[in-house]
Amino acid sequence: MIETYVPLIVMLVVGFGVGFLFMLLSEWLGARRTTDGKQTTYESGMIPRGTARDRFSIKFYMVAMSFIVFDIEVVFMYPWAVQLGTLGMTAFWTMFVFVLILFVGYFYEYKKGGFEWD
Amino acid sequence: MPEIIWTIIEASIKALAVVGGIQLMAALNVYLERKISAFAQNRIGPNRVGPFGTLQPFADVFKLFLKEDIVPKNADKFFHSLAPVLSLSIAIAVWAVIPFSSYVDIGDRRIYMGIAPDINVGLLFILAMTSVGVYGITLAGWSSNNKYSLLGGLRSSAQMISYELSMGLSLIGIVLITGSLSLNDIVNHQLAWDGWRWNIFLQPVGFVIFLITAFAETNRAPFDLPEAEPELVGGFNTEYSGMKFGMFFLAEYANMTTSSVLIVLFYLGGWALPVPAETLGLKDGSIALAAAHFLVFFIKVLMLLFFFIWVRWSIPRFRYDQLMNLGWKILLPISLLNVLLTALGVLYLK
Repeated sequence: MIETYVPLIVMLVVGFGVGFLFMLLSEWLGARRTTDGKQTTYESGMIPRGTARDRFSIKFYMVAMSFIVFDIEVVFMYPWAVQLGTLGMTAFWTMFVFVLILFVGYFYEYKKGGFEWD
Repeated sequence: MPEIIWTIIEASIKALAVVGGIQLMAALNVYLERKISAFAQNRIGPNRVGPFGTLQPFADVFKLFLKEDIVPKNADKFFHSLAPVLSLSIAIAVWAVIPFSSYVDIGDRRIYMGIAPDINVGLLFILAMTSVGVYGITLAGWSSNNKYSLLGGLRSSAQMISYELSMGLSLIGIVLITGSLSLNDIVNHQLAWDGWRWNIFLQPVGFVIFLITAFAETNRAPFDLPEAEPELVGGFNTEYSGMKFGMFFLAEYANMTTSSVLIVLFYLGGWALPVPAETLGLKDGSIALAAAHFLVFFIKVLMLLFFFIWVRWSIPRFRYDQLMNLGWKILLPISLLNVLLTALGVLYLK
């Protein structure tokens, strides 16, 4: 059974091989005329102020949380979708209830302003 | 020799061929983009390197290899180097499950045109890889220790994960119709019955959602906020130079190809010939038939690539709140409803 997945592993190895090869080539072939000015953080020509390791908008965190919640639901749907033909109406109603509960959560977050972006 | 060695040899040869093909497609994309945008803006575009400037992308890549690789002092060196590798490698690795033609029978061995198109986790593998692709961009934004990079990376990852949901949900419609996650099965299901079995006719809503999310996932206009030049300089790749920048660039254009290919495979009938293969006198499993399939497939992909570029020069960029509204308030509920309706349709019409 595991042999079926060997080509996937081969492709991942080749893909990362190409990636690392390109990175190493760019480090070997590239010119080396480093100055301090080149190595400073780019900030439109100004002297950089502060650090980028700062706090950022909580909204991005909210998006990530919502994503995890909904993405797990989507993952549940895949095996269901493959087998629906054999499982029939029962499976449909099961998923219907599942999506209904999901929609309750969705509207709760909607009304609470979880998807607002100001 | 045991079977597994043959599998590895076959997969390696195919993998190297596919990697070459992806690089060529990326080069073609860059050339097309520059030429078409030139025509859209009443310019000539690249016309110096090679006939009609066709060698321009290769010249660009060689130049990028020879450019200095600048790593900012404050950057996290390890992740700064890892991010482009991750982006490019993942963009290549997706191709493990993507077929680009039918199959060729050599002796008693059936060779599929694709590395493992018959694998039973194909679609899940693609979704998993698109999810990992987000890491490359997030890491690039964070490790550069630059405010523009950080904001670009954050925006990009938030956008990609928002649209990934609708993308995954729109594909469930296709899984419902096909009853399989293998990309070969999805295409074969559309081959019968000449044309009208294409998923675009069975899943028009899913098609539109997938098209929109494909634009958002590849960070292309009108969803190119991560690199909105007037506000964020270069977005997550502001602090990259040399081939490390080139790798992001390649990955972006490879992803554009991948998206077009996926749209063709999922919705536009893959390599379905306009007439049955028998009328052309082509035998099942022959090289000629596989070549004809590939030609049809390639023409469709080129048309979609043109569409991608065309949209970029026709439609203005979204605002970030509009982008989030579209993703969460419109596409997500529609695609959820689409899944339920498709399920009902599949159950009643089968």
